Amino acid sequence: MLKHEHIEKNSILMLVLVIVVISIGGIVEIAPLFRIETTIEKVKGMRPYTPLELAGYDIYIREGCYNCHSQQIRPLRDEMERYGHYSLAAESMYDFPFQWGSKRTGPDLARVGGRYSDEWHRTHLYNPRDVVPESIMPSYSFMAKKAADLESIADHMRVQRKIGVPYTDEMIENAYKDAINQANPDSESEDLLARYGEKVNVRDFDGNSEFVSEFDALIAYLQVLGTLVDLKDYDASISSKTAAPSEVKAEEK
Amino acid sequence: MTKSNIRTKTPNYNDEIVKLFTIASVFWGLVGFCMGVFIASQMIFPWLNIGEYFTFGRLRPVHTSAVVFAFGGNVLFATSYFVVQRTCKTRLWGDGFAKFTFYGYQIFILLAASGYVLGITQGKEYAEPEWYTDLWLTIVWVVYLVIFLMTLRNREEKHIYVANWFYLGFIVTVAVLHIFNNLAIPISLSSTKSYPLWGGVQSAMIQWWYGHNAVGFFLTAGFLGIMYYFVPKQAGRPVYSYRLSIIHFWSLIFIYIWAGPHHLHYTSLPDWAQTLGMTFSIMLWMPSWGGMINGMMTLSGAWDKLRGDPILQFLIMSLAFYGMSTFEGPLMAIKEVNALSHYTDWTIGHVHSGALGWVGFVSFGALYYMVPVLWKTKIYSVKLIRMHLWIAFSGIVLYIAAMWISGIMQGLMWRSYTDHGFLEYSFVETVIEMRPFYIVRMLGGLLYVIGAVLMAYNFYMTIKGAGKDIKVENAKEATANA
Repeated sequence: MLKHEHIEKNSILMLVLVIVVISIGGIVEIAPLFRIETTIEKVKGMRPYTPLELAGYDIYIREGCYNCHSQQIRPLRDEMERYGHYSLAAESMYDFPFQWGSKRTGPDLARVGGRYSDEWHRTHLYNPRDVVPESIMPSYSFMAKKAADLESIADHMRVQRKIGVPYTDEMIENAYKDAINQANPDSESEDLLARYGEKVNVRDFDGNSEFVSEFDALIAYLQVLGTLVDLKDYDASISSKTAAPSEVKAEEK
Repeated sequence: MTKSNIRTKTPNYNDEIVKLFTIASVFWGLVGFCMGVFIASQMIFPWLNIGEYFTFGRLRPVHTSAVVFAFGGNVLFATSYFVVQRTCKTRLWGDGFAKFTFYGYQIFILLAASGYVLGITQGKEYAEPEWYTDLWLTIVWVVYLVIFLMTLRNREEKHIYVANWFYLGFIVTVAVLHIFNNLAIPISLSSTKSYPLWGGVQSAMIQWWYGHNAVGFFLTAGFLGIMYYFVPKQAGRPVYSYRLSIIHFWSLIFIYIWAGPHHLHYTSLPDWAQTLGMTFSIMLWMPSWGGMINGMMTLSGAWDKLRGDPILQFLIMSLAFYGMSTFEGPLMAIKEVNALSHYTDWTIGHVHSGALGWVGFVSFGALYYMVPVLWKTKIYSVKLIRMHLWIAFSGIVLYIAAMWISGIMQGLMWRSYTDHGFLEYSFVETVIEMRPFYIVRMLGGLLYVIGAVLMAYNFYMTIKGAGKDIKVENAKEATANA
């Protein structure tokens, strides 16, 4: 019989036992997530970010927006009325890493896409208090003058493909062009739409046609949040979610 | 009676390295606490978000990393090197390596913090440093583990003392957590940007497996190691129950690992994982209180010592906060409670009752104990320790009370309905209501900083006077505490 005395007298034995004891919980909780089919729902409409949206996602990470904004709507009545249908795992499957957040100093952004105009967003990002006087959000005016980093976006997509995002060779080769075109309504955007779908927003997001700014990228990203998955088609009963009946009644605004 | 009185032959301890880490602890503590007050002020006065580099989003990780990794980390290095030598009756293994861990760890802190300000971040809470910083930390940490293990192996005592179990558990588990949560592919070797191997729901689970155990092992197991040495030392009593130490050590490290999913209640994480996380979080209450009881009851038969000794007061008060926040934690991990508390300031209040009350106070107690021993002198002023204690305590009370009220209020406002069945408040209406509490919170933090400044001054004067025959302000009291 192993007595605790033996462990206390043998540092290596103690080290090994610690590793064994701390491994169990992690393995049980994490490993199945990669195997179980119900982890990620089968949904229609989910696609990887366009190059411009990906540049916006990178800015979102850089600025630490997750410190104050969540991207995760819980299946609670008030939350679904305020923000929309509860978040599905599929909706963040191409976020490396996830941006669900843990604190709402500002509101949830999981379905902010399409809620406000581009103009609202750029005014708000420029100085939040111009549209919401009581807001305590920082001003991000510097982004208006800063060109989005699109030169390296193809490299970013190449790494994303390695970790499981289904970018094609064609998407990566045309990344720079696609990014520029998405921010230009007069551009030849057929190829972009053919690659990423008809629903892609092609607009001058920052209202400044001289160059593609960080506002263009960030607003393109914000405007697509929560809009990809076809929720009318989504059948909750096949997913792993088992919300109470009163919680399931999703009321989309 | 000081321990040097009873020992006939003192091994040649490497105290120079402990001194370095001690000074770094005080320095980073001040930086981290001030950073906290600054970002708390940004939430009252948004114009304090200055330019591109000093926004809340970039500075909040500077605050969290500065207090957790810079302050907490240096305290853990200092105390673990102090304790492992004295409980093994042997010199710390590898002088050069130990020095490397000191400079290596400070470089890690500087790399991480400068990255955040420049916008170089992985975007994962408490794991913000990018790939190159993570790699560097991995090297430093492995050297730390080797030093600790080699010192244990060189020990002159038969048994490994209980404090060292906790230190060992903390060092090795943090290594495992750090490595797995930070697996990433850089864009290129010349790029500071990387993407992690895991995305979406898997990255959420792995991140909170890491995040919660950064609390469980960095801020709990490691600091329990501190508690298990300094409480018995300061009280002059043996640890209350040896058997309880064994049970609570193994159950604590086993159960903590499971608790991560309580950060993801009602999210897209599958329900089975959420339920497991909740169940183990509730179970965690018991081993946590095992530690608290073992620490507090160490005073049984010597409770009178608590009356006059501010160092012991720091240590015992830290255990009280530990008990409180490890009761609150399981409560908040219950899904129905979490539905209200999650995303609100309640979480911030909970974290700070643990961080300021438990981690901060047990650290201060240990630092006040170590500084006179390391510099072979007496503390400059016991009165200042008392002032530190009560000013910091008032700060914590203001802080956590403000966050409880604002958090619960905001949670209730979000779910409030009018008679006609509409949501009663817009989001920004809840933001307006927060403001008075943010002011109270900032003031609470400021008091905590003032306390830390008193400590820094006290140490400065102590070290300055070391070696000289200084007249200690209250010599009688100081002797009683030695």
